[in-house]
Amino acid sequence: MAEFLTVDIWRGGAEGQLQRFDVPRSDNQTVLDVVTHVQKVLEPSLAYRFACRVGMCGSCAMMVNGKARWTCRTHVKKVAADGRLTLEPLANLPRIRDLVADLAPFFDKWQAAGGQFKPQAELGDDFAIVPPSGAARRQADEAIECIGCAVCYASCDVVAGQPDYLGPAALNRAWTLMNDGRDGAQDERLKAVSGAGGCQNCHTQQGCRDACPKGLNPTRSIAGLKRMSLMALIEGRL
Amino acid sequence: MSLQQAAGRVRSRSHAGYVAYLVHRLSGLALAVFLPFHFFVLGNALNGAAGLDDFLLWAANPWVKLGEWLLVSALALHMAGGIRVLAIEFLPWSERQKTYIMLCIAFAIAAGLLFLLAARHG
Repeated sequence: MAEFLTVDIWRGGAEGQLQRFDVPRSDNQTVLDVVTHVQKVLEPSLAYRFACRVGMCGSCAMMVNGKARWTCRTHVKKVAADGRLTLEPLANLPRIRDLVADLAPFFDKWQAAGGQFKPQAELGDDFAIVPPSGAARRQADEAIECIGCAVCYASCDVVAGQPDYLGPAALNRAWTLMNDGRDGAQDERLKAVSGAGGCQNCHTQQGCRDACPKGLNPTRSIAGLKRMSLMALIEGRL
Repeated sequence: MSLQQAAGRVRSRSHAGYVAYLVHRLSGLALAVFLPFHFFVLGNALNGAAGLDDFLLWAANPWVKLGEWLLVSALALHMAGGIRVLAIEFLPWSERQKTYIMLCIAFAIAAGLLFLLAARHG
């Protein structure tokens, strides 16, 4: 193991350049450890995000050697065999400063995809029963595990080429609600996800599935939405 | 973009789904370029047998046969890939995506070999 890592880190916003740092190697070092060392020891003005450090919050996601990853769950030895790291903010999003990307467009698209739960029950209604073994509930089982880290969004070539595309995470969220029997905005949401920038834009490249740190499969959710929208079209609901 | 970043971009797309997408798109573009020539040749037949016969004689050249083999393989690959995409969009999701991608490739290779076999005996 080399004693030092050569780390190139993006400095600046939309305009900027890579700045090189030499960071001491250590055992079991994660990429987040590297960034934290740079900020604490070498360059206190470095901006970056993290919170939980254990793969729960998803806030430390950034581009590591060109691939979107959670830095807290990425060991240096796995991605920097040659002792070099290039770190940049998440792709497909505006850059605020250094390693911090602006996630507002990402979450705006969750809203645009009808990502809010709209209950159909009234006050005083009995509790809705959603059996875990129910077909619809099982369709959404995996998709509800998404924590919104935007790694899939940064890994999607369709998002890169078509800025109004809602993206894998927002569509995945819509899919969970389309399978929620308690929800009362099904047609409205289906219209939102099957219009311009909606699920039909997905090219099934499956980059989202490949990149998801939780091993989820937004492509499957999007394919489900495509089938739902087709059925709705046939039934005259779209 | 540094060499390392470029390598990272390639690496992050080095998975079966992306390769299948790329092959489907490129084979589709190749076929789109080929089609006007195909129709031009067929159109020759409308102006009498001589023009088409001359072309068919030229097409017996082994290099042209090699090109035809490539085209037949690309067509088979594009068709199988298209069926795969339709299956993803209209049937319940299957976790055997890599298997289906390999089946598409196997189908294209088989179609190409059948063409070569027919060309040899034709």
